[in-house]
Amino acid sequence: MEKFLIANTLSYPILSMIMIVPVIGALITLFLKNDTVLKAWGFIVTVVTMVISFPLYSAFDSSTPKYQFAELRTWFPSVNLDYVVGVDGISVLLVLLTTFVMPLCILCSWNYIKVRMKEFIFVTLLMEAAMIGVFVSLNTVLFYIFWEGMLVPMYLLIAVWGGARRDYASIKFFLYTFVGSIFLLVAVIALYVTTGTFFIPALMEHSYSMTYQLLVFLSFALSFAIKMPVYPLHTWLPAAHVEAPTAGSVILASILLKMGGYGFLRFCLPLAPNATMVCIPYMIAISVVSIIIGGYLALGQTDIKKLIAYSSVAHMGFVTLGIFLLSSTGIKGAMLQMINHGITTGALFICVGIIYERTHSREIKDNSALGMQMPIYVTFLAIFSLSSFGFPGTNSFVSEFMVLIAAFAKYPLVGAASIIGAIMAAAYMLRLLQKMIWADSDGHAHHAGHGDAHGEGHAAEHHLFDLNLREIGTLGFLMFFVFWVGFNPKPLLNMMGSSVDHLLQQVETGVQKGSLDKVSQVVRVKTEGR
Amino acid sequence: MQITQLLPEIALSIMVLVLFATSLGKFKAGTLNLTALALSAIALFAAVAGCCEHCVLFFDTYRVDPLSQIFKIITTLGLFLVISSSSGLRGIAENLKAEYYMFLAIGAFGLVSLASSVELLTILMSLEISAFSLYIIIPFRHPHHYRDHLEAAIKYFLFGTIATGLMLFGMSYLFGVTGTTYLAEMAKVLPKLLHTEPLAVVGMILLFCGFFYKLALFPLHFLAPDVYTGAANETTSFIATVPKATAIAVLVRLAHTAGAEVGQLTWVLAVFAVGSMTVGNLSALVQQDLKRLLAYSSIAHAGYVMLGVLSANELGLASVIYYMGGYLLMNLSCFYVIYQLAPAGENLTFDHLKGLYKRSPLLAFVLATGAFGMTGIPPTIGFTGKLLVFTAAIQKGFYTLVILGVINAAISAFYYLKLVRASYSQEDEPGESVALSFPVKVLGVFFIAAIILTGVLPQSFIALAKEAVAGML
Repeated sequence: MEKFLIANTLSYPILSMIMIVPVIGALITLFLKNDTVLKAWGFIVTVVTMVISFPLYSAFDSSTPKYQFAELRTWFPSVNLDYVVGVDGISVLLVLLTTFVMPLCILCSWNYIKVRMKEFIFVTLLMEAAMIGVFVSLNTVLFYIFWEGMLVPMYLLIAVWGGARRDYASIKFFLYTFVGSIFLLVAVIALYVTTGTFFIPALMEHSYSMTYQLLVFLSFALSFAIKMPVYPLHTWLPAAHVEAPTAGSVILASILLKMGGYGFLRFCLPLAPNATMVCIPYMIAISVVSIIIGGYLALGQTDIKKLIAYSSVAHMGFVTLGIFLLSSTGIKGAMLQMINHGITTGALFICVGIIYERTHSREIKDNSALGMQMPIYVTFLAIFSLSSFGFPGTNSFVSEFMVLIAAFAKYPLVGAASIIGAIMAAAYMLRLLQKMIWADSDGHAHHAGHGDAHGEGHAAEHHLFDLNLREIGTLGFLMFFVFWVGFNPKPLLNMMGSSVDHLLQQVETGVQKGSLDKVSQVVRVKTEGR
Repeated sequence: MQITQLLPEIALSIMVLVLFATSLGKFKAGTLNLTALALSAIALFAAVAGCCEHCVLFFDTYRVDPLSQIFKIITTLGLFLVISSSSGLRGIAENLKAEYYMFLAIGAFGLVSLASSVELLTILMSLEISAFSLYIIIPFRHPHHYRDHLEAAIKYFLFGTIATGLMLFGMSYLFGVTGTTYLAEMAKVLPKLLHTEPLAVVGMILLFCGFFYKLALFPLHFLAPDVYTGAANETTSFIATVPKATAIAVLVRLAHTAGAEVGQLTWVLAVFAVGSMTVGNLSALVQQDLKRLLAYSSIAHAGYVMLGVLSANELGLASVIYYMGGYLLMNLSCFYVIYQLAPAGENLTFDHLKGLYKRSPLLAFVLATGAFGMTGIPPTIGFTGKLLVFTAAIQKGFYTLVILGVINAAISAFYYLKLVRASYSQEDEPGESVALSFPVKVLGVFFIAAIILTGVLPQSFIALAKEAVAGML
């Protein structure tokens, strides 16, 4: 296994630590009582996790595609199942994204969550551990355990702290993801039975027959496509986003959706290169459809959360598009797009949560003309909205631009079609901004507190105070990354560089092997024919 | 023969005798409960103490080996958990409590000896000892609210005797073609006969039927839901778990007797397995009564277990043992919640679960753990069990069966989730909170810990199960 792994040289087992700290933190919450203490504890635990994950960035060796910070322990020897974790250029940024976003999830729930605070912190911390586990597992069973284990806390986040239709949304979320992942289990077992190992890098070394590859690709892809989500399988996402509490939406948008893209890169491409080649046209078509339909649906939404949810479908379309262009620029762009979407959309959901706490409505018309009353808020909102549709200078511009370059380089028509999606993104985000900052089309702001006499009985309930320090800190933290990535994407691109090249090389050799097999088959048939 | 070789049997016999004595006098319910609890704890302890024995007794009809000892532990553990979590037999008529405990113990005794029986007539004897005591306790239910228990008793009895009849018929065929009633002798000739002699196949299937009835496997499942609904909560939790585990022990032996290749039997068993999963899961979707839901879920689980039996390799049979132990824990954890929520031993529906989270967070969590475990969500024993069973089946190339199995698992997610959803739904008026005594709380924590820990650290259990399978050879 040494040829795949670089053992952890830090003074502590970093990857295990960032999973264990939240779990221990979660267990300790069971003994805490006061809500404020609980919130503070949750924040401390997530910040500690974030801090101990720093070396993943600073000590990362971007010159090698091997899995770094690796740990290997025997776990279940009778079926050759080990506890093995490690990160490479593909996963390290996602791990960092997770540890950086989680403190914000606690912060943005400070006032939003009013009941069952203990359970909320407990579930959120478990969720963090499971999400990190998904990205660092180098073993299919371990991956599956975290992948499924994540379902339960996320389900509870929606079902217990969700909005009015939380029952429907949570069940839908659970069933969609469960149905997808159950086939993943079959693929995991089938791979084990064929190769005798669960170790992911070793699985990549094998070459499989075409039919086998296709089946493996499809069972993995179904699961990841649901998680992404791509167009026909996306319907759980708006429901889940709208009903989830702010923290749930942020986790869902920033991290959960990335697992689909990560899965494609980690499993589908290297394990089934020939099947990938066969499926490229379909995957690209689905991506473009996702981009356009996602944007189109977002245009018509009146609920801010739904609008952002549909925009996520479009953004994720860029990710699948970038991945299946199979060029270095495309895949790097897709990966950067995942990070950027995590930053920007997470921030937008926090913005929605902030305004929802004040006006108790997510409708655009109830939240219009905020510019005068909440200047700081609308500044942030404007920045994140601009970032969302890829305004130059912000983070998403870089990634969408890279994907589009890659698309034009290979299939100009696909690039042209995706441009339409990018334009629509500008349309729906600017429409949202215009209405929320200035006013509705009839010139009136409808939220109460504006002082109009026909306020619907709850005029006195909320007056719109601007952001407090906690909220400014939360959004400011994310804003920093918007511009940091926007102006200086180089460090991140460097980190993924060699892993992406290695991945492309794997696919290429896999395809060559596949075609060689075919040639030898043809030769065999011919010689036998004689 | 040493006395240690029969420790669990002796402990259970003593338990039966003591309980018989109590049934003659008049004792308070609390005293009875404590006595039964202590005796079952002793039986469990005896089973654990006798786990390393290995011998053949009584003219080679009674085999004490790792397989039988594991199932003796499972059986006595089940008995102990049923008695401890039923907290005083709320659903049983006051004057029948002593007898109830006694027959429960006799049933457990029959099952324990069944796990060791390696000869057809011994198997029959043991099976009937357990079956008859269970026939008797089904109508033992508080007569005030329900009359269904009589219907349940009649159904269980009638179909039970029919299943026994089928089994005897099968045994006669097997004796006819092999000329022996010893499984060990049979194993030498049967694998070949199964390929040449149709009678042997028919005989095997009929013999299996007796155990499929215990297991509530399709197509012998149809009375299970009625029986489970009609019987008292305590009774249902026992018959839904412990006899199934032991039936699996015998099936594992029989599958092994028939040879590593179950041959033509495979197709029949595959149809039964898939039918069982599908019928069980689809019917469970629409149930409102929790016990009925669990009945259908157990039919579905019998189907998953059969996948492992079908594979008939070492991993397959070992994973079946592991899965059955896990199923026992998960199912009993759900019944544990049902007991605590039914002060008068009534049947519960989804409405009774509403706001459970506020009324008792522990119960809600136990139920959630059990339900997620039965769905097969990691890191529970339900997941590890399914993983192993499916792995064994894929090793044998049963891809279609596994895909049907996982589709079924996805269907089942819906109704298990309904349980969780009902107990975690927010109610404006959640109702009275449920007071739990300290031992009951400990039991709840035990269920949670056991379901998760056995799933996360399966190594030693699987090693034990593999040893059991290897020891049978």
